[in-house]
Amino acid sequence: MKYVDEYREKELILSVADELKRISKKEITIMEVCGGHTMAIHRFGLNSLLPPNIHLVSGPGCPVCVSSQQFIDLALAYSRLQGVIITTYGDLVRVPGSSASLEKERAEGSDIRIIYSVLEAIEIARNNPEKKIIFLGIGFETTAPATAAAIMKAKQEHVSNFFVFSAHKIMPPVMEALVREGLKIDGFIAPGHVTAITGTSIYNDLVSVYGLGVVVSGFEPADIMQSVLMLTNQIEKGSPEVKVQYHRVVSHNGNMTARKMLNRVFENRDDQWRGLGLIPSSGLGIIEELSSFDAEKQFDIRVPRSTEPNGCICGQILRGLKTPPECRLFAKKCTPSDPVGACMVSGEGTCATYYKYRS
Amino acid sequence: MCLAIPAKVISVDGKSAKVTIEDVEYTASLLLLDDVKPGDYIMLHAGFAIEKVDPDEAAETLRLLNEIGRNSHF
Amino acid sequence: MNQMEGNILLGHGSGGKMMHDLIDTVFIRHFSNSILNDQADSAILNTGSSEIAFTTDSFVIDPLFFPGGDIGKLAVCGTVNDLAVTGAEPLFLSVSFIIEEGFPLKELAVIAESLASEAKKAGVLVVTGDTKVVNKGKCDKLFINTSGVGRIRRKNLHISRAMNIIPGDVVIINGMIGDHGMAVLNARESFNFRTTIVSDCTSLNQLISSVLEKYEVKFMRDPTRGGVATVLNELAGKTGFGIEIEESVLPVRSSVKAMCELLGFDPLHVANEGKVLIIAPGESASGIIGALREHESGKDCAVIGRIVNDHHGKVVLKNQTGGRRIIDSLSGDQLPRIC
Repeated sequence: MKYVDEYREKELILSVADELKRISKKEITIMEVCGGHTMAIHRFGLNSLLPPNIHLVSGPGCPVCVSSQQFIDLALAYSRLQGVIITTYGDLVRVPGSSASLEKERAEGSDIRIIYSVLEAIEIARNNPEKKIIFLGIGFETTAPATAAAIMKAKQEHVSNFFVFSAHKIMPPVMEALVREGLKIDGFIAPGHVTAITGTSIYNDLVSVYGLGVVVSGFEPADIMQSVLMLTNQIEKGSPEVKVQYHRVVSHNGNMTARKMLNRVFENRDDQWRGLGLIPSSGLGIIEELSSFDAEKQFDIRVPRSTEPNGCICGQILRGLKTPPECRLFAKKCTPSDPVGACMVSGEGTCATYYKYRS
Repeated sequence: MCLAIPAKVISVDGKSAKVTIEDVEYTASLLLLDDVKPGDYIMLHAGFAIEKVDPDEAAETLRLLNEIGRNSHF
Repeated sequence: MNQMEGNILLGHGSGGKMMHDLIDTVFIRHFSNSILNDQADSAILNTGSSEIAFTTDSFVIDPLFFPGGDIGKLAVCGTVNDLAVTGAEPLFLSVSFIIEEGFPLKELAVIAESLASEAKKAGVLVVTGDTKVVNKGKCDKLFINTSGVGRIRRKNLHISRAMNIIPGDVVIINGMIGDHGMAVLNARESFNFRTTIVSDCTSLNQLISSVLEKYEVKFMRDPTRGGVATVLNELAGKTGFGIEIEESVLPVRSSVKAMCELLGFDPLHVANEGKVLIIAPGESASGIIGALREHESGKDCAVIGRIVNDHHGKVVLKNQTGGRRIIDSLSGDQLPRIC
């Protein structure tokens, strides 16, 4: 596959690994904040190629992992309503709410459909005029513009039985919140596709206020290795900057068309992050003018405030403060087929990964 | 939010484009991307073209990566 | 599974860990015996004078018609292959239909014809059957069960038992992986990908017997639901050895690779219906590859890995990029990702 295979060449990756071994002297910790990066690092076994003094930690960059229990509980409540079809990306189907997950709810008879593109939900709405189609909007700035485009399309084409339940979130507030809390890292690998939309200025404060370098990385193994090299160079020299590794897709200004679409439909609001609590201005809510497409405004359902499951320390794991074996639920009550917390739900969440490598 | 794949644009029809990844064909939405022409490569994410792939930058990245290999032999 | 609470989930049928837990805790628990407990693809029964192999499988696939086949063809291939991979020669099938009221007769006829045609191709006779019709809504259009009986020679009895496997033995697959699962997914979901991917569903008995005639084979299994990864994990668990596979030699069609990249799937976890994994001594490898290549269903065969005296009980993949990672059994169905 073009623009993919070239960045998976063994020689390129190993030569970056060699260079890293050569230049890297300090003990450093780098955080990546994107589920796609976590996946790629695991899939291509990149951790085994890094010198022992470079530590890669996974941050809360997976929309699955950080969808709050309340969001799932409300989605489940919607799914139990008469005449409702829930449409969702596959990632969300196993995320546990306080008593069930979408997958388990489907087993009870709810109409829950996995889609690849939000536009399929509009088609489903058109083909089922007597039903109400609720789309579960998860994802960061990469994915939220698509949801925005769908709402605008539904508006223009008068598809009035299409609704969005937004749990969309944005990246910079959570990165800064973690650093303010005292997260001990030396730099960030930033998500390439989020930045392709937003542009690089969203990371400026991380450098100027917190002195942390940021390298915007692609998702192929050579991209990630090159990004680690660029960031390590910065850290060794003590010169933090915002730099782009993923030049073939990311421009400093980002994608204005997508951002305009985003701003046409969404506004920032405070949001609950599973394991991390409330982070101000970190979520995206549908603006008042488009409230006819907002599931939260159109369906009058309340669910009780949910608390994190007893014993679950996902919050500390997402911050890189604890490791999974230190959680008393790990591998006992909380397993990949029966996940309790966010970190176990996603196939490459920290706990799911540890589970695979245990004993 | 990150899973996107480079796809080749075969034809453009208003706000949609026929794209291929190997011989898998898909009709991608161009609601988030302007100035797309046949022959371009776009990043396909959840059914939408979210950015173009710049072939010159792609080549430059590979050139830099290859150089790392050469330099570290000194 | 936690006690006898909750309900059955779709994941319990997907061929991976959840299903195995279900079988152990609910079924084996109640009707355990030495033959059943082997949990081989077919049961080997001693009638006193000879051995027969006996197996059963139910087909509940949706959609009923998919590129490369339909439920009728699958109903024959699945059971024929379960017999063939234990080293048996498939001879006779029973076929039971459970049909939903309102199901179009025309479609039933096409399916029956498909089934008959595949049985003829595989050289097996359908000798008995059953038909049931249930009220509308009580079953999803059509379910088929086939049971199969075959003859197994003494010299092949060890094949289903995985008992003589040693480090150094090689892992061979007869062709491209992931075709069936991706063909069915595309036919079923509303994703709108247009591909040329076609199910690989086919009877493998002739292919397998041509290998067994001349070469030593230590174990075989067909990687259906749960994919190659699940079978290899079962084998690693059973033998206590490790298994190492090489990503760069895994035969995967480029369109399947593309679909997997698009959706975030691992081809090693995708279902196949025309594939057999063969464990054989290293010395037999080139001969077996040669024999497989003579057949249409073996032309893309490859040695994909070997049994090792390392990382016991685990399956490790050597990446084309130089890294290594553990390949797990499938836990529930694979779900398309955006993340």
